[in-house]
Amino acid sequence: MLNLIWLGLILISVVVAAFNGRIEVISQASFEGAKTGVTVCFGLLSILVFWMGMMKIAEKSGLLHLLSKLLSPVVGRLFPDVPKGHPALGYIMSNMSANILGLGNAATPMGLKAMEELQKLNPDKNTASASMCTLLAINTASITLIPTTIIAIRMQYGSSQPVEIVGTTLIASFIATVFALLLDRWYRHRYRKRQR
Amino acid sequence: MYGLISLLSLWAIPVLLAFILVHAWSRRVPVYETFVEGARGGLVTSIKIMPHLVAMMVAITLFRESGAMELLLGSLRPLLQWLHVPSEIVPLALMRPLSGTGSLAITTDLIAQYGPDSLLGRLASTMQGSTDTTLYVLTVYFGAVGIRNGAYALKVGLWSDLAGVVASLIVVYLVFG
Repeated sequence: MLNLIWLGLILISVVVAAFNGRIEVISQASFEGAKTGVTVCFGLLSILVFWMGMMKIAEKSGLLHLLSKLLSPVVGRLFPDVPKGHPALGYIMSNMSANILGLGNAATPMGLKAMEELQKLNPDKNTASASMCTLLAINTASITLIPTTIIAIRMQYGSSQPVEIVGTTLIASFIATVFALLLDRWYRHRYRKRQR
Repeated sequence: MYGLISLLSLWAIPVLLAFILVHAWSRRVPVYETFVEGARGGLVTSIKIMPHLVAMMVAITLFRESGAMELLLGSLRPLLQWLHVPSEIVPLALMRPLSGTGSLAITTDLIAQYGPDSLLGRLASTMQGSTDTTLYVLTVYFGAVGIRNGAYALKVGLWSDLAGVVASLIVVYLVFG
């Protein structure tokens, strides 16, 4: 699927640019895109290095294990394949709380640690497990309590009520998340049936 | 209410940092060495992600700069007009799952052009905040652990983006319309 999307995006772009007589855009945009990719990655680098260092401390001290044990009744329901008290649940919980608080910077490293733990449980290392898909679903829809960036932009452009969109954003993202989780469940059942 | 929430998000990280460290110290964990050890893992993860991000960003930049994006928008316009979706918002709805910086740029542009307190400004704000960039999340999360076959995760992500867009439209029209 990702192979097709990637190929499709590039081939369509080349054809369209050729038709518009702007084929020179292609090589220019390729380099620009590559540069953006590297820039975004460097932005992530500092955050990942810092938070993964902190998370390692929380892991060694047993704090993460405590968190995952405490919350496994709640999160465990969303991730039935993960054993109770497994560190993955602790990371998933931290990832979800960081997302809800609008701390996107902290959410990504925790989500990636959760993915690493889920990968240890995954029988087929090349294919995403059901739990991984659920974690992805939660993160792509991402319930946000405070959309910090948007509020800052609205303030910058002189909004009289910069935070008035907090309510609508919360409701819309809640609907998207519930929808994502239901769809995830449905696909999970279909996928399992097909594999049998 | 908002004051409380923003206070919470302001204090969450400092309190979390202090708590992790104090708790670890009380358990006699060598905090400095452990931090460095974990941080090294962060470096490895970033390097693993980089090729994936470059691949995705190249495809998306090409799609936008070649004019293919505009073409797609133009072909969808009649359908959207029929659904009473303001055409100004469509580029944002399409860009949202593909590129976080791209959609943020469109949102900023809409807010600058129509004002943050206009219906379009509010709609753009809600849409931008209500979902995360599916393709980015997928690329980073799967790239970090070397998953090649994402099963059905992409489908779920894209459909829930659509759900987020529709929900934003309905909620904003109901609240501010």
